[in-house]
Amino acid sequence: MYRVKQLSVFLENRKGSLAAATQLLGASGLNLLALSIAETDNFGIARLIVSDTQDGVSRLRASGYTVRTTDVLVACVPDRPNGLTEILRILEKEDISVEYLYSFVRNSGFNALIIFRVSDTERAMQILKNNGIEMLTQAQVDTL
Amino acid sequence: MNKIWNPEIECMDRAEIIKLQNERLRNVVKYEYDRVPLYRERMDKKGVKPEDIRTIEDLKYLPFTEKTDLRDTFPYGLFAADKKDIVRIQGSSGTTGKPIVSGYTQNDIDIWTEMMARTLTAGNADQDSIIQVCYGYGLFTGGLGAHQGSSKIGAMTIPMSSGNTARQLMMMEEMGTTHLCCTPSYALYLGESIREMGIDRSRLNLKCGFLGAEPWTEEMRAEIESLLGIDALDIYGLTEISGPGVSFECLEKNGMHVNEDHVIPEIIDPATEMPLPYGQKGELVFTTITKTGMPMLRYRTHDICILHDEKCACGRTIVRMERLMGRTDDMLVIRGVNVFPSQIESVLVGVRGVAPHYMLIVDRKKATDSLEIQVEVTDDMFSDSIGGLDLIKKEIAEKIKSVVGIKAEITLVAPHTIPRSEGKAKRIIDKRNL
Ligand SMILES: [Zn+2]
Repeated sequence: MYRVKQLSVFLENRKGSLAAATQLLGASGLNLLALSIAETDNFGIARLIVSDTQDGVSRLRASGYTVRTTDVLVACVPDRPNGLTEILRILEKEDISVEYLYSFVRNSGFNALIIFRVSDTERAMQILKNNGIEMLTQAQVDTL
Repeated sequence: MNKIWNPEIECMDRAEIIKLQNERLRNVVKYEYDRVPLYRERMDKKGVKPEDIRTIEDLKYLPFTEKTDLRDTFPYGLFAADKKDIVRIQGSSGTTGKPIVSGYTQNDIDIWTEMMARTLTAGNADQDSIIQVCYGYGLFTGGLGAHQGSSKIGAMTIPMSSGNTARQLMMMEEMGTTHLCCTPSYALYLGESIREMGIDRSRLNLKCGFLGAEPWTEEMRAEIESLLGIDALDIYGLTEISGPGVSFECLEKNGMHVNEDHVIPEIIDPATEMPLPYGQKGELVFTTITKTGMPMLRYRTHDICILHDEKCACGRTIVRMERLMGRTDDMLVIRGVNVFPSQIESVLVGVRGVAPHYMLIVDRKKATDSLEIQVEVTDDMFSDSIGGLDLIKKEIAEKIKSVVGIKAEITLVAPHTIPRSEGKAKRIIDKRNL
């Protein structure tokens, strides 16, 4: 129930290619909630959380982008020292690897929100829940 | 069960075939020298006399014939026989200006018919067969070539010519057509039409198709065979040599058998023009050794392929040519290696999710050639991970290395960024100043 849809967009490493994608989303009235970039010498992947994933996918596809959606988890980091480390330790103990993580760009009113892509989303969700880590549902994310 | 029309020739001992070729080659060289000014002038210029050509090993001393020679000497310049002995003209319209024509004596028609009879028999057609010819009839050799062969073996021939798919399918169903002669793309279209029109395939009696006149792939073969429920055989031919049936596949589907008692195939390096041994890739060159109307010495097809002389499982000993791999016109020489865009394309379509849109960029840095292949990223191959895309890049690079023999830099680009064009796409940018 805490699965949140993330949008991944293929980008060439060219000046302005990211801006062109985010501008397209903005012009469609979609809010950009979180964003991270992974890149190599000649290409990159932009990962985004937007206010309406399905609309985002169809608009990007219509403009010729290669896009896919991925399930991620959005966790509230406990408001104490080493809050993030605590989450990572929990996952590590259960042999769940974190492929990447990044944070929200907006101030959400929650504690720091971290987006996790893990090797086993279903199990990670259970374990974090059992350890009292608060997570956001898609519905909550949509109303941010 | 493998039927063979002329086992005496098609399964002849290789030494015997070569003996026959040597003898016929001597005759045709003398015949051309005596009768065709262009050949006499070219041989004189090279200092080659007809008597210098003793065996097929001596072919390399003979001048080549190019398609442009046929165009430049249009209409009768290369005819060796007297006009009164020419009984047929076939040709191709050509996209620019003058057509290319070939003149046939009755002897030449008989040879061509024999070659096509062998071709159809290799697909197990016989007098009980019903052969539907959907190649066009006219100057183009497809229709009449298939028709003559079909008549020769005593099959029931349906000369449909091309077009009117609904009528083709109606005849196929009602007449109980067993064998089909058409282009591979039309076979595919027929198969798709059968599916779309909801024709019950069990009402069809199709067994085999003889598909040629354009390049096609193994993927297309699989699709045609499953759509039509037939064995789809590749056939090869060209008007300059005779027409369809110059070479043909048997049901082993292991390359096309060349009718070596009538033509001698050679493979040359298109850059150096030197002959290459069997098993090596290069340009296909034909010399006709029995034609009398308009024989050809070392006609350059500009088709790239490989020849094999091992005996086929069907029992035939005549040389086999592999499926065509492209045209010399597209060939690039990179770091001394002959590279054909069609080979690169075949590698790309074999990688999951890769679109057939690509761009080759050849450059020279620090006196070393480099090849960059730009590939569009499709939804199918795109995963959320960098590692996934890197793996695909690696897979493409490794396959290119093993098939083409050179190292290439693979660049992933956004979809629809490689220009599309009607017809022949511009897929190569050569930045080298040679
Ligand atoms: Zn065979």
